[in-house]
Amino acid sequence: MTEVDPATHASPAEEAVAGRPGAPGRSWGWGRVGEARHLGLVAALVLLAVVGLVTRPDNFATSSNLVSILALASTIGVITVGMTFVIIGGGIDLSVGAVMALASVWATTLATQSYGPVVMVVCAVLVGTGAGLVSGFLIAYGRMVPFIATLAMLVAARGLAQRMSGQRTQLVQAGNTAIVELSTTRVLGLPLLVYVFAAVVAAGWVLLNRTTFGRRTFAVGGNPEAARLAGIDVRRHTMVLYALSGLCCGIAAVLIMARTTTGSSTHGDLYELDAIAAVIIGGTLLTGGRGSIIGSILGLLIFTVITNLFILNGLNTSDQLVAKGLIIVVAVLLQRRSLRTST
Amino acid sequence: MAEEQPLLRVQGIVKQFPGVRALDGVDLEVRAGEVHCLLGQNGAGKSTLIKILSGAVQPDAGAVLVDGRAVRLSSPTAAMAAGIATIYQELDLVDGLSVADNIFLGHERAAGGFVRRREAHRAAAALLGRLGHAEIRPGLEVGRLAPAGKQIVSMARALSREARLIIMDEPSAALAHDEVANLFRVIRELTAQGVAVIYISHRLEEIRQIGDRVTVLKDGRTVAVGMPARETATSSIVALMTGRNVEYVFPPRGSAELGAEVLRVEGLSVPGRVADVSFGVRAGEIVGLAGLVGSGRSEIVEAVYGARRASGRVLVEGRPVRRGGTVGAVRAGMGLAPEERKAQALLLDDSVAGNITLASLGRYSRWGWLDRRAEAAEARRLAESLDIRPPDVRRAIRTLSGGNQQKAVLARWLVEGRRLLLLDEPTRGVDVGARAELYALIRRLADEGVGVLLVSSEVPEVLGLADRVLVIREGRLVHEAPAADLDEHTVLDLVMVSAGGHAAGGDTAGGGTGVGPGPAGGGGHDDGDAEISSEGAFHD
Repeated sequence: MTEVDPATHASPAEEAVAGRPGAPGRSWGWGRVGEARHLGLVAALVLLAVVGLVTRPDNFATSSNLVSILALASTIGVITVGMTFVIIGGGIDLSVGAVMALASVWATTLATQSYGPVVMVVCAVLVGTGAGLVSGFLIAYGRMVPFIATLAMLVAARGLAQRMSGQRTQLVQAGNTAIVELSTTRVLGLPLLVYVFAAVVAAGWVLLNRTTFGRRTFAVGGNPEAARLAGIDVRRHTMVLYALSGLCCGIAAVLIMARTTTGSSTHGDLYELDAIAAVIIGGTLLTGGRGSIIGSILGLLIFTVITNLFILNGLNTSDQLVAKGLIIVVAVLLQRRSLRTST
Repeated sequence: MAEEQPLLRVQGIVKQFPGVRALDGVDLEVRAGEVHCLLGQNGAGKSTLIKILSGAVQPDAGAVLVDGRAVRLSSPTAAMAAGIATIYQELDLVDGLSVADNIFLGHERAAGGFVRRREAHRAAAALLGRLGHAEIRPGLEVGRLAPAGKQIVSMARALSREARLIIMDEPSAALAHDEVANLFRVIRELTAQGVAVIYISHRLEEIRQIGDRVTVLKDGRTVAVGMPARETATSSIVALMTGRNVEYVFPPRGSAELGAEVLRVEGLSVPGRVADVSFGVRAGEIVGLAGLVGSGRSEIVEAVYGARRASGRVLVEGRPVRRGGTVGAVRAGMGLAPEERKAQALLLDDSVAGNITLASLGRYSRWGWLDRRAEAAEARRLAESLDIRPPDVRRAIRTLSGGNQQKAVLARWLVEGRRLLLLDEPTRGVDVGARAELYALIRRLADEGVGVLLVSSEVPEVLGLADRVLVIREGRLVHEAPAADLDEHTVLDLVMVSAGGHAAGGDTAGGGTGVGPGPAGGGGHDDGDAEISSEGAFHD
């Protein structure tokens, strides 16, 4: 971090957002920086919506299309919440897609399914959390680089999922359709899995912004040495962060089972890249110590809407990938500029 | 003797950092072929001067002349082009590259982008031979060399750039006794070839041995230029280093009765750094640890805090502290203000409040749920009580001055039940006015019954602030006395002169501990790296 001239401590904009001197509560902390930064993301999302309305006036704004955007975003969205924690804590989790696949396979084996839908959900969540715990243990106590440890978990989890399923897609059995109802049952026009997504986002936001755990996550990612010397158990905290990411993968596995009615070792391919990209577009520092859940979700929605626009307009999916790549670059460049001007 | 043109002339260099005037009119004159020693206490401005000469930092005023011509050392490259090379304490070599690759790093012997290996190896061998170390193979990976060997490679690199002036910052700090003798031989070979050396060391006996002339810095000014290194009396050098214009204002010592012992340390040892140190700190007492950088004083503090592996016993109020981490130390009632404020203490992206409450979040929370109102109120109360300025705790901590940042770090530990504060260089990078405030604050804390263990490189600070002083040299506790019974002279003597005060020349028997920084393990190389570095290590 660069030295800052004391004379230019805070820009007027920042002061204005901070507002209300002496007011308790939300007047200091992460909220104000985040809110100011999210304006750009919201603007981008609005811009994309305008593009959608102009190019496909008949299809884009329909309720079925908007619902499908949200349903599509839900699975990766849950994973993105966990990923945000890991990245703010100074790490990275490449294994999310594979762990989700493993959890979906484990939960849909005939043996598991024989116990009913509740056990399937518990199984998916436990498998995800367990895988995260293993990665976290290797990173925190085995002193492995997060990139390597989670890369190993990616490969191993994918392999284990293939082994368990014999590389066959496992259908959710007729007796366990309660899981599928997450996708088919609608409340106020939205499928239940969107509510699950919303609940995970809300829980993640609260955990990050309103608890000691969240505050310590910022500290561990921002300056692990300072955190350690302040008496925080940095290793245990790091391990818990990966377990949390695994937990999110387990929940995501339930959602993907609901959407596809299957468990498969091919689920979640390259989800890790989408999740990481969403987190970065959302303004979370890849080096840790700064970031927000809201930003990540906005980043993910931008990605999902782009995909949707390309499909609606019948454009090439390869071009869509190029567009996504460009958006990552532009988002990071813009953030760097706004950071420089605001400090 | 006719006044010949000096190789390097530095005139009236001024360098202002935010809140601190690091250099305030420094003059220096170095002749070709001499070893010029630069002396001064910590904070005197030596490192800033080196940074200016190596092009890393730009002066605000003053001139640097090489061969009588003014040069602008706008970057490290420009300094090298002017013939000035710097060998830093932490050698800037790439461990994974070979000796030859390191020597020619940045100016590779290459044709069309391809390194000419054979030619580079030949040239590297020639340079190493010139330094009397032809036995270091140019193809060897640098990481496999011992510190002494790495230093030779650094010197060869300087020579490869055709350096005419080599600045060596505490080159002997990482070396064992016999390796220092070898270093001196190499330096003499260099000077015989007309290369000038600026030699920085805290060890006066080394300066007598290798130095030709001495320049003394104090509080950013030159107080003596070009004194003969061998003839000038030690006492007058020490007097030059210590007499100061800046008078610190220390609070009066507490007259109150000292309480029971809050900290007891028994037989504390850190392999290669600290040997068998025992002491205690009582409630309401400030105990100062005096010693050079690298003497083991910071290691003692870190070991007490559980931030560094060590053997021995640490007890707080008679109860042993759970080892193996800082969590146990904090739970036992310790708090640490570490040496490197930015790297080890602050969350630079966070607000003042977030930094203050970092270690006590549990107090403002129930089942992990933060009561942010209580947290903010407590942060505001502490900021007010410590007079942190500006008084807005929502402000980003990075915008505060060093002194106010340090207050925030202290505030972090000012919660109930804190029994012992470990302060490592609490006034580093803090300007004079804010220092007095910090001193008063530390004394106030002690008067409130907290035990304080204070580490400082600045002897006057230890003497002025502490009740009792422990002198650490080469990892051992060599002296203990009430601060009132000591003066700066005595402490500097104890701190700098090797045991017995012998002139280093091979008689390890007299000194016992030798010249190396570590009391154990002979050379005192850094931690575990020494074992693998034996192959190809140079040794005479």
